[in-house]
Amino acid sequence: MSWLTEYVRPKIRTLLGRRDVPENLWVQCPSCQQMMFHAELEKAMKVCSSCGHHMRPSVAERLRWTFDDGAFTRIELPKVPADPLRFRDSQRYTDRLKTARDKNQSDDALAVAHGSIGGQRAVAAVMDFDFMGGSMGAAVGEGIVAAAKLAVLQDAPLVVFTASGGARMQEGAVSLMQMPRTIIATRLVKEAGLPFIVVLTDPTTGGVTASFAMLGDIQIAEPGALIGFAGARVIEQTVREKLPDGFQRAEYLHQHGIVDLVAKRGDLQATLGRIIGLLRVKELAQAA
Amino acid sequence: MLDARPMRHFLEFEKPIAELEGKIEELRKMSEADGLNIADEIAKLTEKTDKQLRATYAKLTPWQKTQVARHPERPKAGDYLRGLITDYEPLAGDRAFADDLAVIGGLGRFRGRSVVVLGTEKGNDTESRVKHNFGMAKPEGYRKARRLIELAGRFGIPVLTFVDTSGAFPGIDAEARGQAEAIARSIEACLESPVPVIATIIGEGGSGGAIALAAGDAVLMLEHAIYSVISPEGCAAILWKDAAQAPMAAEALKLTAEDLKRLELIDTIVPEPLGGAHRDCDATIAAVGDAIAAALTPLLALDAAALKAARREKFLDMGRDALT
Repeated sequence: MSWLTEYVRPKIRTLLGRRDVPENLWVQCPSCQQMMFHAELEKAMKVCSSCGHHMRPSVAERLRWTFDDGAFTRIELPKVPADPLRFRDSQRYTDRLKTARDKNQSDDALAVAHGSIGGQRAVAAVMDFDFMGGSMGAAVGEGIVAAAKLAVLQDAPLVVFTASGGARMQEGAVSLMQMPRTIIATRLVKEAGLPFIVVLTDPTTGGVTASFAMLGDIQIAEPGALIGFAGARVIEQTVREKLPDGFQRAEYLHQHGIVDLVAKRGDLQATLGRIIGLLRVKELAQAA
Repeated sequence: MLDARPMRHFLEFEKPIAELEGKIEELRKMSEADGLNIADEIAKLTEKTDKQLRATYAKLTPWQKTQVARHPERPKAGDYLRGLITDYEPLAGDRAFADDLAVIGGLGRFRGRSVVVLGTEKGNDTESRVKHNFGMAKPEGYRKARRLIELAGRFGIPVLTFVDTSGAFPGIDAEARGQAEAIARSIEACLESPVPVIATIIGEGGSGGAIALAAGDAVLMLEHAIYSVISPEGCAAILWKDAAQAPMAAEALKLTAEDLKRLELIDTIVPEPLGGAHRDCDATIAAVGDAIAAALTPLLALDAAALKAARREKFLDMGRDALT
């Protein structure tokens, strides 16, 4: 992260709100350090024009880019008991939650919306890495279950965009139980004969990867995204070896047969639309 | 055999007990050598030891429980298989890459009934610990688990799992072969099973590597076992920026059987003998056997659809009205 994104963005956010960023603001690519106009970067879906680095977008941007004409309806997600463990480290979990909620103006690390992709009904769930590292606690788990139920109800495919550091430690074993819970959600979608598509974005690790994020009928990854189970540091300490170049990156997973395709952000909407259309022959036959 | 194990390993907080037991041992040797009758003295000391044990074990802190759960002499998955399963037929491999010895399992009989058994095995001595990779499975281990769970489903025989792992193995090769996917599929296999799946957390229930074998109809947990989303050391390193704060993290994570039962994330606590499972392995294994039998009986009455529906409901309900 550069000083610009670290320092300037939060300040602007509090002053003007997220969507009214002045057009003359420069942003530096965290990968190649190239400076770009903010407006230009927005147009390029936050992909660096110089090196192709895919920067992390906001949930709102992701939803806009995913649905046709940027039009979608967000649904309210079920409330869950906050702080089941009464967890406290240097700070209370409830305080951390409050800070994250104020900063992100959302309840937790997941947003669910429905709309159409390539002219076909679809439900999308988007994880928010900005919200406590996209960590999965009961709220995210419940949100994934809600997204699955909505997809079944609407007879629509479910597309999940993952971005998460893993389970939310502050919810202890409650967060661990979100792994089976979200896997049940994927079963609901699949049993209804609907496609479950996962788009792995930077970064997706830990308990999220080891549950619903690896169970897509189709697994798509964004270029360069870090995707894995264990953290690089833990692996390095365990095996005492230098990690190979590109380890746990989207392209590495593609090479190892773990994802179907690596899709550039600019191609993603079209790719999703095409795949959904190809998979849903039954629906088309019925409609004809 | 279990009772033929060498000198006992004492935990830091067991020091007063170790001293008392040392004294008793000394007196015994003296009485043997000198022919002195000091039965009274020994009885008195034994009573004192029991009292001390009772007092210590009645109020173990979560961090002390973590140490008991990891006790090197605590019965391991293989000990339960030997103690509870007859006609054991070990089965190997994931049919794709390797046989991961961190996950042991096969066919056998539990109290006369055909079962598939699975366990994460930590090993009992240095050699076996290395052989079993300290109970840390790789993708092939979880894929073997999935294969055996599916095999059980095909033939309508229940699955018993014994969980004792610090977690899935964090390695380059494990990641390259899809560790995350293997764990996810193993959890899915538990959830989708048409036959009863009974999981027992016998020592350490470490995160994804544990739930991979524990998404069952009934989840039992030994009194001093732990079950957590992250190790206390790992949690302390991240949230306190200091692994030495592990005792505080253990407290905060609510990883004891009692906490998890209160949060309704496990079903049954199996009491351990006085002074922990490692003090009486046979009694512990027998108690676990009884608890498994008790859990299994009602599940056998359900057909596949009812079983699966109830299992789903159980997990979907978790945490929805968590007590605080």
